[in-house]
Amino acid sequence: MLEGILLGLSTALSFQNILMVIGGCLIGTFIGMLPGLGPMSIIAIMIPVAITIGDPATALILLAGVYYGAIFGGSTSSILLNAPGVAGTVATSFDGYPMARQGKAGKALTIAAIASFAGGTIGAILLMIFAPMLSSVALLFHSAEYFALMVVGLSAIAAFAGTGQVSKALLMTVLGLIMATVGETAQFNAPRFTMGLMDLQSGFGFITLAMAMFALPEALYLVLNPARGAQGKSGEIKDLRITRHEAKKITPVIGRQSLQGFFIGVLPGAGATIASFLGYAVERNIAKADEQKEFGNGSVKGLAAPETANNAACTGSFVPLLTLGIPGSGTTAILLGALIALNVTPGPRLMVDDPAIFWSVIISMYIGNLVLLILNLPLIPYIAKVLAVPRNFLIPFILFFTLMGAYIGQNNSTELLILVGFGICATILKFADYPLAPLLIGFILGTMLEDNFTRSMNLYDGASFVWERPMTLGLLIIAVGLVLLPSYRARRARLRQQGIADGD
Amino acid sequence: MALDRWIALALLGVCLAYGYAAWFTMDGSMPPIMRRLAVWPSSFPKVLSIVGIVLCLIVISGIEKAETKEPDIDYRRLHEYKLGQALLLLGLMVAYALLLRPAGFLLSTMGFLIGGSVILGERRWIIMVIVAAIATVGIWYLVQEVLGIFLRPLPYALGN
Repeated sequence: MLEGILLGLSTALSFQNILMVIGGCLIGTFIGMLPGLGPMSIIAIMIPVAITIGDPATALILLAGVYYGAIFGGSTSSILLNAPGVAGTVATSFDGYPMARQGKAGKALTIAAIASFAGGTIGAILLMIFAPMLSSVALLFHSAEYFALMVVGLSAIAAFAGTGQVSKALLMTVLGLIMATVGETAQFNAPRFTMGLMDLQSGFGFITLAMAMFALPEALYLVLNPARGAQGKSGEIKDLRITRHEAKKITPVIGRQSLQGFFIGVLPGAGATIASFLGYAVERNIAKADEQKEFGNGSVKGLAAPETANNAACTGSFVPLLTLGIPGSGTTAILLGALIALNVTPGPRLMVDDPAIFWSVIISMYIGNLVLLILNLPLIPYIAKVLAVPRNFLIPFILFFTLMGAYIGQNNSTELLILVGFGICATILKFADYPLAPLLIGFILGTMLEDNFTRSMNLYDGASFVWERPMTLGLLIIAVGLVLLPSYRARRARLRQQGIADGD
Repeated sequence: MALDRWIALALLGVCLAYGYAAWFTMDGSMPPIMRRLAVWPSSFPKVLSIVGIVLCLIVISGIEKAETKEPDIDYRRLHEYKLGQALLLLGLMVAYALLLRPAGFLLSTMGFLIGGSVILGERRWIIMVIVAAIATVGIWYLVQEVLGIFLRPLPYALGN
């Protein structure tokens, strides 16, 4: 392994490759800040540039830099504008945006940068150690376990709901799953619930729904109640530094989520999205009662958890790509396409046949994370100035970026009308205190959930996979527990309160 | 009845319609070869419709007691907020969606950004025009020329 590391160091530390990492991180960060352009689209756009470079190691280093930069850029728009352009940064907005509204945008961005750096770096160390052996663990996961894992992920949304909100959160999840069934599916190759409309043939766009659920209601709330946006928008970026107490709070979160995020990222199909949501849910559930109340209202732990997890998962997703040739996510699928175009075949032989490529990519991950931290920390006060833009200019721009995000992805004006329609519905749901995040999570995981369910049912000719595979059964029991636990806790707390009131 | 329960009632209607389509209309046109499979295109929607109906009924019945907290915006006093501005901005978004292709990106986007600021009460016309023009041309250049995503800059009648 030492030989490999030295070989990787000599390749990655060449002047050209360092320039590529810096350039990739910069391009990724700035384009990733535009809602609607996630890592997948940015990498797709950069592929022709990478292919022109010719050298596979240099090309992959550039694309990996773009990938990290885009994830961090997506977090920036989640924190400052509540407009997550990437599914993996949706959970970042849960606590990042409330922090920005409290005038702590600088601090939120600093925590995001540090958590991303730690998650990415620890992930890279784990990748180096575990890459060969984890590839065999990932192979143990069949479609039945993936199905069960996603049910666990969806049940964890109980963590997002406050006391007495579990049924509402679950209803929103089911609504998201229902929306995911609209359009053609790969499994059946037949349109469903399209009502004969051609525009619904490919289903609802993720970006459109994400914008409609988060950015549009938030912008409308700012319009309806200008006093709401007034707080924390003096233009001064205070509290850039995190205190020792906050650092103490987030350190164990970063440690746990680096590990959890990485291992989730290794599973093909899971990726940064599930890692960030599960990371948020786990940290909320294990937090102390008083800290739990802070989640959703600007908790530093709630921000550090998904940020660490999604970066660690991004690194983890390279494991199946580099060792098995199986892309774990849409983004790594595009990277796989780029590698094949560069005449490199990823798989178990890559480490043996092209060690320079394998190890230089891993080493470039360290450099990429370091570059991101060095570039972003001094830029934070300037990035956070976005909030100092006068309301009369900022709101039309937020609305415009929301519209562009939906339009660029599909190049279809109907998508804009769907966005406005869903945005109005989401605002009404928000009036009635329905949590909107579970709807989006249900929508994102819906297709994967159904595909794995269908595959398991076909393989086992029925639902027997549930009791025939112990790991599936175990995961499903955990899912039931996750749904019932908050209701049980709430009931116990109510009974205890009644007891106090009765003078027991 | 509170708004959340009214919404649950509306969603119950959605789940019933969805369930009706899944249980009674979807399987009719399925080819015979697919009928041999353990799972049909309607299987997952059938499960979802039942779960959805049960959850709607739980919310409507109010079994689960939620904590009462001060809402950011009280929908019962909506008229006290700037509702007119919000509705006008939504109308502007619809107009933008309809005009983006026929009027071209540059014209419709400048119109949207200036119109949005005017609705919110801005009257510094020169600043508005300069900001909108720089942003529109900058974003068009970035998206079309740098990223290569086609955005028709000029009105349809003037060609590309």
